[in-house]
Amino acid sequence: MAKNALGREIPEFIEGYGKTKLFQGAFALKPEGYRAGGKIRCVNNTCTDKRVSGIKAAIAASGLKSGMTVSFHHHLRNGDFVVNMVIDACAEMGIKNLTLFPTALFGVHKKLIEHIKSGVITRIMGSVNGPIGQLVSEGGMDVPVVLRSHGGRPRAVASGDVHIDVAFIAAPTADKYGNICGTQGKSACGSLGYAFTDAQFADCVVAVTDNLQPYPAAPVSISQLNVDIVVEVPSIGDPAGIVSGTTKVTRDPLRLLIAKYASELIEASPYFKEGISFQTGAGGIPLAVTAFMKEAMIKRGIKGSFGLGGITGYFVELLKEGLVERLMDVQSFDLEAVRSIGENPKHIEISADWYANPWNSGAAVNMLDVVILGATEVDVNFNANVNTEAEGALLHGTGGHQDTAAGAKLTIIAQPLLRGRIPCVTDNVYSVTTPGEVVDAIITEYGITINPKRKDLLDACSAVKGLPLVSMDELVSRAHKMSGPTDPVATEDRIIGVVEWRDGTVIDVVHQLKKK
Amino acid sequence: MRRTMLYLPGNNPNMLTRGYLFGSDGLVLDLEDAVAMAEKDTARILVRHFLRQGEFGSCEVTVRINGVDTEYWKDDLAAVIPFPALQGIRAPKVDDAATVKIIDEELSIIEEKNGIPVGRTKIFCLLETAKGIWNAYDIASASPRVAAIIPGGEDLTADLKTSRSSEGTELDWARRMLVFAARAAGVDPIDTVFPRVTDDAGLRKETEFIKQLGFEGKSVIHPNQIPIIHNVFNPTEQEIEKALKIVAAAKEAAERGQGAVSVDGRMVDIPVVKRAEYTLVKAGLLEVK
Repeated sequence: MAKNALGREIPEFIEGYGKTKLFQGAFALKPEGYRAGGKIRCVNNTCTDKRVSGIKAAIAASGLKSGMTVSFHHHLRNGDFVVNMVIDACAEMGIKNLTLFPTALFGVHKKLIEHIKSGVITRIMGSVNGPIGQLVSEGGMDVPVVLRSHGGRPRAVASGDVHIDVAFIAAPTADKYGNICGTQGKSACGSLGYAFTDAQFADCVVAVTDNLQPYPAAPVSISQLNVDIVVEVPSIGDPAGIVSGTTKVTRDPLRLLIAKYASELIEASPYFKEGISFQTGAGGIPLAVTAFMKEAMIKRGIKGSFGLGGITGYFVELLKEGLVERLMDVQSFDLEAVRSIGENPKHIEISADWYANPWNSGAAVNMLDVVILGATEVDVNFNANVNTEAEGALLHGTGGHQDTAAGAKLTIIAQPLLRGRIPCVTDNVYSVTTPGEVVDAIITEYGITINPKRKDLLDACSAVKGLPLVSMDELVSRAHKMSGPTDPVATEDRIIGVVEWRDGTVIDVVHQLKKK
Repeated sequence: MRRTMLYLPGNNPNMLTRGYLFGSDGLVLDLEDAVAMAEKDTARILVRHFLRQGEFGSCEVTVRINGVDTEYWKDDLAAVIPFPALQGIRAPKVDDAATVKIIDEELSIIEEKNGIPVGRTKIFCLLETAKGIWNAYDIASASPRVAAIIPGGEDLTADLKTSRSSEGTELDWARRMLVFAARAAGVDPIDTVFPRVTDDAGLRKETEFIKQLGFEGKSVIHPNQIPIIHNVFNPTEQEIEKALKIVAAAKEAAERGQGAVSVDGRMVDIPVVKRAEYTLVKAGLLEVK
């Protein structure tokens, strides 16, 4: 057992994961060597149609066998039919012992539990939440899950840490030769950002579509160069679960208060100037921050350069009004965003690699000024946990948390001090997702808490009259006072989750919950 | 300042804990209409607990008790008066001066029993009937404890046998009457709540109107209303600039032993200086004298 740079105890070898590399610091590891190659394909003019009939034929044609790794993207979110469809078919075909490598899983995928129990899926690399998270947390899988960020995942693929045998790509539009895009069709989801790396590196790529268009389909997100098989199915998803209606700014006064403080911090920071770039996401607080920032930008006559990440209708509005010049969209959250990315050339589709991979020649997060994030808990050292809930069960994926925090010049975590009776600020987080060295400020309803290493920000805020600054000590003691003592999570020794930092080192592990 | 007095349901610990964070000038911990009959005891215990150890920031803290026509009001007073955090009580359905006197006497008994200076607890009177509005001046001057009078909204409308309109026509006369009575008696006129909590434009319009009538502020039913009301009541930059000039000129004149002084070609006498000082108080640039 060794301790990583955050003092977390990490075994040198984890059964089902392998040898561990210890987290050394957010930017400490310098990679060497070459990227992983892919399988060479050769298709000549004897193949002018890549279609096969039905999902089982596609699986058979892909060469998928027991023990292999299959990947999926999560752009269809809770409306996705493709993951269940493919794994059901694998089960019927007698394929077992699969490693599932999704970019994320949703509630709709709880059907996978039966396939986990029957041995069709024996390993998951990716976020597990809801019922699957609970199952894994209680020891329901023999092999630990591996949690990677949106940038860490393409890094793992490109560097050869993970090899994808078959990538099944849900395609809202495709042609018979494998040109696909996400902006058209009845199951349109907008950006296909998370699928790009899989298309590039998998040995075999299967496009699953419910909207086959004549060749060549346009526009093209992922082209025929990387797609081997096309299969048409009646439906790839339920539109109601794929995108929400127009996202509205919250009216919850507590969240608005927190958002107001976050926005005031941004306004006081040196980054609030012409050309500011930001990522605010789709949650209640971040969206309200965007609304407050919009007001402030208009008042001070400032225009932004780009908005990044998951894009909402609210961001689209900023683009239309000229308050940002570009949107860089790895995931389109609502109907407005889907419409905009299909129509507006200033609304750019970017891959997860482009968005957040630390091991390429420059990810978009590096150009980010400000990011607003959430967390289930933050500790006195500003370490943040987004993977587990207070009772220790795996609940959330890492998303872009690590990547944006590492990239942005100002990383803000905004959340209420307590959720119900559970404090969100603690002495020591149960599990670390993002290290405190890349977190600059915590915002709660009690005010702005700045990481002491950012003396420049402290000075900037002190110069503004009326900004409520609260020290971390004060915040923690307030949380203690309000919530009372909490029992530590009771766990077994067995590790059921490995949390990787975006560079592939192990930042923390999650243990199996003790039976109650 | 009493620009905003935010109601917090007395049986909601979440709101009681965080209510002060929204920056209103005052808080009204409510034991009356926000609390169902079955919850009256719970709310009283909870509010008492919060007055003992809760946080209120710089808010003026009041409790709305149940009416003197109920069985609860004396228990309400006995439960909340002993705590220094409490600055006043908001009494509902005050129809006449006699109601104020009944509350005044009960307050004095409780204050004395608890070793609190008699007269410390202020009374904020809700005038929720036609009779109450008619007696506004008598009510406002019935006791030195009276700090403000407030017109009812829903109850008053019902008593007038009409309905609430978006223009507030039915409350128009009551509001004007109330401002006159309050100013004549030297207490604050504070307006009723604006019930449509998602209608920000309507709230702004109504606040602009009642400010012009002479109201000191407004009762608030939702935290999101606070910044809008403050924005209306806060002096503009031009008003602040002018007030600063006037106060500076008056100070200089006083140092030179002069009375009246001229600013931008206009004679400035004591009422103008006072108003300028009040503007600066509202802008947070001058301490309350």
